[in-house]
Amino acid sequence: MKKTLLILTRNPLSLLGLFLVTVIVLAALLADFITPFPEHVGAVVDFANFNQPPHWPNIFGTDLVGRDLFTRIVYAYRISLILAAVVLIIAVPIGVAIGLAAGYLGGWTEYVLMRITDIFLSIPPLVLAMSIMGLLEPTLTNGMIAVTAMWWPWYTRLVYSITRSEREEGYVLAAEVIGASKLHIMFREILPNCVPSIVTKMTLDFGFVILIASSLSFLGLGVQPPTPDLGSMVADGAKYLPDSWWLTVFPGLAILFAVFGFNLIGDALREILGGDA
Amino acid sequence: MTGPTLRIQDLRLGFKTWSGMVDVLHGISLHIGKGERVALVGESGSGKSVTARIVLGMLQSMKSARISGRLSFEGIDLEKLKARDRHQLRGTRMSMIFQDPTSSLNPVYPIFTQFREVLLRANPTITEPEARLKAISALADVAINEPERVLDSYAFQLSGGMNQRVMIAMALVNNPSLLLADEPGTALDVTVQAQTLKLMSDLVEQHGTSVLFISHNLGVVREFADRVYVIYKGNIVEQATTDQLFANPQHPYTRALLKAVPRITGGGIPDIPESTSGFLDPLIAHAGASEKELLS
Repeated sequence: MKKTLLILTRNPLSLLGLFLVTVIVLAALLADFITPFPEHVGAVVDFANFNQPPHWPNIFGTDLVGRDLFTRIVYAYRISLILAAVVLIIAVPIGVAIGLAAGYLGGWTEYVLMRITDIFLSIPPLVLAMSIMGLLEPTLTNGMIAVTAMWWPWYTRLVYSITRSEREEGYVLAAEVIGASKLHIMFREILPNCVPSIVTKMTLDFGFVILIASSLSFLGLGVQPPTPDLGSMVADGAKYLPDSWWLTVFPGLAILFAVFGFNLIGDALREILGGDA
Repeated sequence: MTGPTLRIQDLRLGFKTWSGMVDVLHGISLHIGKGERVALVGESGSGKSVTARIVLGMLQSMKSARISGRLSFEGIDLEKLKARDRHQLRGTRMSMIFQDPTSSLNPVYPIFTQFREVLLRANPTITEPEARLKAISALADVAINEPERVLDSYAFQLSGGMNQRVMIAMALVNNPSLLLADEPGTALDVTVQAQTLKLMSDLVEQHGTSVLFISHNLGVVREFADRVYVIYKGNIVEQATTDQLFANPQHPYTRALLKAVPRITGGGIPDIPESTSGFLDPLIAHAGASEKELLS
């Protein structure tokens, strides 16, 4: 633990990542207290104040119906973080379980599971998510389903490749010899050895899930108004570039910082845990 | 006299591949009496390790493997045993030690966790303090000085020799009647190997465990085994007591094998042909050491 902190604090980039993520997470958690106009999350209209450049108290300016952009960005973070967390919480166990089963059991199980995985991987991720969203109604829940459907195969691949090499290790053989069950070997012997790589990949993916979810809502297939979302804010503002630059630049930077922060932490974790994600 | 602990009769093994059957074992027969230490000696790929895997029932689940022959363990026909009952034998009545002790221990768990799993196999109701006491005494038996500290360590924190001793302690803690040792300690340096084998030999004597000792190291075999089977390309070519074999090797392959041991007096490794027709000569059993004579 001491070593972990040392590596994390010695590298300025990891420190920056830690700082960014801490700020984002804290902001999202404390959104109700730190934002000047919490009521602007909903369908509020304030035409006296619409499309204003940054000024006090609207430090990021206001949008086309006069809502405070800063408030909406902070709340959008909250939704993005929840979405990313839910997607990973669902996708990772599914992907890991399939990867373990395919890697350890081998034979037909491996063949069928990995070919299904390959099919999912062969479709460009955004296209897959878009087609799922096209079939379903564009809501937050369905957005999570779409992103989850495109995310699990990467974990299957990762865990599959580790399992393939770990199952030849002596301790797996030794566990088989003393009569351990297949489930025990998969989940108690091999899985703990995959954890460093999984954790590293999860941290990196946190940023990417936010990015993909934003892309979906940029295309109008994600969270629907009036719920604030970084992607749809960029999309709305893009029509008014370059005059009303704040409408696009601030939500865009918000996405950038989130992805950047999680990536830096992911890189630092990779160094600490030695995972190969 | 009670029956042998393990008896293998006419064991054949082939693997089905795309290009037809590949035969690995061509009908080998051997047995191990109670408390006996029997060595199976041969070069790489001669079928030593697969024999051990078959005894444990680990190859039978492979679809491509074709196995025939009779295996009996303490008088029970293993092939007639239900999968469940057979599974129950592993880790309790039979256990195994591998070449590389360090990789045989899972790096993510401390030694005690793994020790406890072994103990739970034999006694599913054992409590943690009981398991700890048992593990400590088992580690003390293998001459580990600070068993408490070792139990809380991870495999990578211990030396290879320590891990080997931990493995031996784990393999013997449930008092198995058969121990399969697949080139134990080949991954260790020679002095440590000698020490641990000495320890293992003392322990199996105390426990009355029968051992099938698989090795290509003739020096170790000579020290450790009571009887020796020499295996070449899936056939047993010579069987004898250890003294008989080393005093008077009769099969051309055995002679070549003994010549191949590097001597400290120099001269290098003698040139041995890859194979000569003599290597495929039929089984030579020394007087009093054939299957028939020993089992009658």
